Amino acid sequence: MTSQPLILGIETSCDETGVGLVRGTTMLANAVASSVDEHARFGGVVPEVASRAHLEAMTPTLHRALDEAGVGLEDVDAIAVTAGPGLAGALMVGVSAAKALAIAVDKPLYGVNHLVGHVAAEQLENGALTEPVVALLVSGGHTELLEVSDVASAAKLLGGTIDDAAGEAFDKIARLIGLPYPGGPHIQKAAADGDPSSIRFPRGLTSERDMTRHRYDFSFSGLKTAVARWVETAERDGVPVPVADVAAAFQESVADVLTRKAVLACQERDIGTMVLAGGVAANARVRDLARERCAEAGIELRQPRLSLCTDNGAMIAALGAAVVEQNLEPSAPDFATDSSLPVTQVLV
Amino acid sequence: MLLLALDTSTPAVTVALHDGERAVAHSTHADARRHTELLAPAISDVLAEAGVDRREITGVAVGIGPGPFTGLRVGVTAARTLGTALDVPVVGVCSLDIIAREVTMREAPHGSPFLVVTDARRREVYWSAYDSAGVRTRGPEVGPASGIPDALPAAGAGARTYRDAFPGLLEPEFPSAVFLAAAVVDGAVDTCEPRPLYLRRPDAAPPAARKPVLTPVHPSR
Ligand SMILES: Nc1ncnc2c1ncn2[C@@H]1O[C@H](COP(=O)(O)OP(=O)(O)OP(=O)(O)O)[C@@H](O)[C@H]1O
Ligand SMILES: [Mg+2]
Repeated sequence: MTSQPLILGIETSCDETGVGLVRGTTMLANAVASSVDEHARFGGVVPEVASRAHLEAMTPTLHRALDEAGVGLEDVDAIAVTAGPGLAGALMVGVSAAKALAIAVDKPLYGVNHLVGHVAAEQLENGALTEPVVALLVSGGHTELLEVSDVASAAKLLGGTIDDAAGEAFDKIARLIGLPYPGGPHIQKAAADGDPSSIRFPRGLTSERDMTRHRYDFSFSGLKTAVARWVETAERDGVPVPVADVAAAFQESVADVLTRKAVLACQERDIGTMVLAGGVAANARVRDLARERCAEAGIELRQPRLSLCTDNGAMIAALGAAVVEQNLEPSAPDFATDSSLPVTQVLV
Repeated sequence: MLLLALDTSTPAVTVALHDGERAVAHSTHADARRHTELLAPAISDVLAEAGVDRREITGVAVGIGPGPFTGLRVGVTAARTLGTALDVPVVGVCSLDIIAREVTMREAPHGSPFLVVTDARRREVYWSAYDSAGVRTRGPEVGPASGIPDALPAAGAGARTYRDAFPGLLEPEFPSAVFLAAAVVDGAVDTCEPRPLYLRRPDAAPPAARKPVLTPVHPSR
């Protein structure tokens, strides 16, 4: 369907520089450059390092995306860019590039919401969403449960983490048990040889009292402390730390709480579709447990492939395509980045 | 020819268009701290004011700092993106040299050696020293104003912040894209790759050792 407008999407909210090209719900290119290796020795994303890397990666990534899609800039009909939420300095690189590009090609520019972009990415995998959906967004910077009644214009926050993001918890626990950064993939690998039921770590915000005040919220700091205490006790007692078991039990706690609350949200709000997105949605245990629990509850689970789960430009282009399809107004030329853009604001 | 010149290395967002003979349009928002918001509309405005199409641009010149990183990157990112999208060359110019060029043009032919000093935050300045012809003799460097070896009159906002460190003040306070464009057209400044002059490393430290959560066990008496 070449009749649909060609949308170019730019993403720079964290440590990935992404440029994607999309028509409708068809992905033509998804070029990503990551500065993750530069952050490894700091154990987390360093904003200034990420911003510098975005500047260097921006035009090469743009060219890669155009080559991948076999199109020229003159073919682009509209541009979408992440306006927030994210790291302020990082966002400004993407928005500055997008604004310059919009002038150069003389096409409309849409500043859009990164979180809703993660949900829109799913449309590139399995076609148009039938809203409403509940979306579970879990990444290094986010752990949020959203209700999306229209991907281009209406999303609301059901709950989120009150302390660490889920990916952050993976990264911190990995450090604790001597695994490299980013911790998620390493914990998953270690956990494969472990017994998740060998240790029972706490499930954050699931007590009866917490379920009234924080029904759809998450907390991983108590879990982090519990794992640290367990590991330190073993070390103190001179017992070798069973890394595989600790990894498996920790991963089980995270996967359990995430999927339990997401399924609950679907059931209580009578919503038949769940979308799983973000870097932690790459976790095999999170995916399996979500699939299992959704199947039991009769909920359709939708999750894009890994490369569309982590931050990328195609997801921003996909959201741009949805916005353009609804003929919404482009963003004002002087729009600002917003590092804490609320999820209710899909378009700035 | 049509050169688009811009600089965002200071609070000023400055843009100019130069046709090879003169600046045909320019826009400067001094003391702005909203570079991302202001730059693109300023570029559109100068194109409109000059009555030219963006496809007529034949080159881009950008101030590459030194300057506060976030604002500086706004201009460099825009310049590089415009260059790549319009398929025209992009050159970088040290932003302190842009201020120096204006000093030399204003003071000539009675010039004498001088400094350019801009604000680097954290009680420090970015600075360079120039001879009477406006040729850079030292810098750019970053450090406290009190650490600058030569007692010379100084241009730039940093000289105003640390007024006591200098025997006299010179205009201007901020770089102007009009002088940037003219200097590039006249071949009066060194140009280089459009890569920011950061001068400082990113603030980042490897993580500190983790605090234990167990209460320390006291040695038994
Ligand atoms: N297999 C996995 N299991 C668990 N966590 C994972 C896995 N793969 C990646 N992660 C985690 O996902 C995070 C990275 O995801 P992503 O790139 O989506 O997020 P981010 O760039 O850190 O932040 P954001 O998307 O919020 O801006 C890291 O914290 C990483 O440890
Ligand atoms: Mg990322």
